Amino acid sequence: MIYRHTLPVRIAHWVNVACLVILFTSGLGIFNAWPALYWGIRTQFNQPLLAMYATPGPSGQPQGVTEILGHSFDTTGWLGLSSAKNGAPVVRGFPRWTTLPRSLDLAHSRRWHFFFAWIFVINGVAYALYALIGKHLWRNLLPSGQQLRGIGRTVWDHLQLRFPKGDAARHYNVLQKLSYLVVVFGLGPLIVATGLAMSPWIDAAYPFLLDIFGGRQSARTIHFLAAFAFLAFLLVHVAMVLLSGFWNNLRSMITGWYRTE
Amino acid sequence: MLLSGCQRVLDSAESLTRHVQEAVAPRRALSREYTEADLSPHFKSNGTHDPADPEYQALARNAFKDWRLELGGLVDRPMHLSLAELRAMPSVTQITRQDCVEGWSCIGKWTGVPLGALLAPLGVQSKARYVMFYCFDTVEGASESYYESIDIAEAAHPQTILAYAMNDQTLPIAYGAPLRLRLGNQLGYKMAKYLRGIELVESFTLIRGGSGGFYEDNGYEWYAGI
Repeated sequence: MIYRHTLPVRIAHWVNVACLVILFTSGLGIFNAWPALYWGIRTQFNQPLLAMYATPGPSGQPQGVTEILGHSFDTTGWLGLSSAKNGAPVVRGFPRWTTLPRSLDLAHSRRWHFFFAWIFVINGVAYALYALIGKHLWRNLLPSGQQLRGIGRTVWDHLQLRFPKGDAARHYNVLQKLSYLVVVFGLGPLIVATGLAMSPWIDAAYPFLLDIFGGRQSARTIHFLAAFAFLAFLLVHVAMVLLSGFWNNLRSMITGWYRTE
Repeated sequence: MLLSGCQRVLDSAESLTRHVQEAVAPRRALSREYTEADLSPHFKSNGTHDPADPEYQALARNAFKDWRLELGGLVDRPMHLSLAELRAMPSVTQITRQDCVEGWSCIGKWTGVPLGALLAPLGVQSKARYVMFYCFDTVEGASESYYESIDIAEAAHPQTILAYAMNDQTLPIAYGAPLRLRLGNQLGYKMAKYLRGIELVESFTLIRGGSGGFYEDNGYEWYAGI
């Protein structure tokens, strides 16, 4: 057994799990108040990049439609039109089971979102400081030259679901390191900055936020894409945890101790 | 019980956000002004589009000639002003973005009187902390008419204006005729339309639902800077 994850890393990890789940679901709830995305400084209502809505179908029954870059898809039951609590069809972007709260309730989705945004930011800053000051960044996150040179080999191994064993399992592999670096120092700051760029008050004091993202509506679109990038990371991350030894991985993120073969 | 406790914890984020935003972003920071080329071809009319209130309908039929804005509360000299009197005051014109709490943004050109200049001759008393705005419109399904509030510092912001014109036209009914509030750096629901009266108060906890505005009484934040 080796001591793999220090206490600050474990705490930051689990706090982040709670934050991401709540921020994602409450974020979908906020999106549902106006389920469409645009590019630029203002909303061009007739030019959405993405839109979810309902139209009368061929038989007169309402149909859920998702429009992406001008292409329409029938997404009845999932996006645009899904079931209300009583089972009746209701016009809404994402369905009930994905949003917090489940009902269409922008006010409360915002309350959840902004409270947990604070926890997410405080947790993220504390983790980043720990990584920088406590040497976690250099010891565990930055890939070595040797690791980078062997990246092709690592990708090939992962595709065959062959994971590092023995001594090699003592450290994060190069794909883990790169993905954690991108998420912590790329995606995290990006989603916070695009979130702040949607605040009219922050925009007044820091108009460069509007310029770097190409306007408030662009920032909103990037914020949405970043949220789904987090979801994609989470799905791959959980899949890897399951495939490379679920209990061992889970124990090490709870107690710190990891069994090597 | 548990639920309301939980709600109170969540709601605490509003004052944290407000205080931090006030600390990092000066209250007098000006929101970006855009150009004519940036104007929204279609500015979405939100909330009420045509108030059903009979008094309002009668005023509208006469092009608001009989309309008066009542100004009172904690002031030394309450007054009422006609649209002509407001139009005779020094005006400002701004092309600014309006962000709806729902997520969309529109850019419009607004002309009106800065609220600070309007309040100055009233002799605002030192204990006044908030400016209440009372309106003619009633949101569909609501039992009471629309109202809003901002604090004294927001009232003095140079981009806080009472607009009577939009895109160089007399303010249309769909956008809040004859007079509406415009703020530089808060969300659209704060910008009360169809104004009938303004009142300076020390606290709004005993007014209507007690949260300082129609949407605030329905769960939204009083501080709409984000």
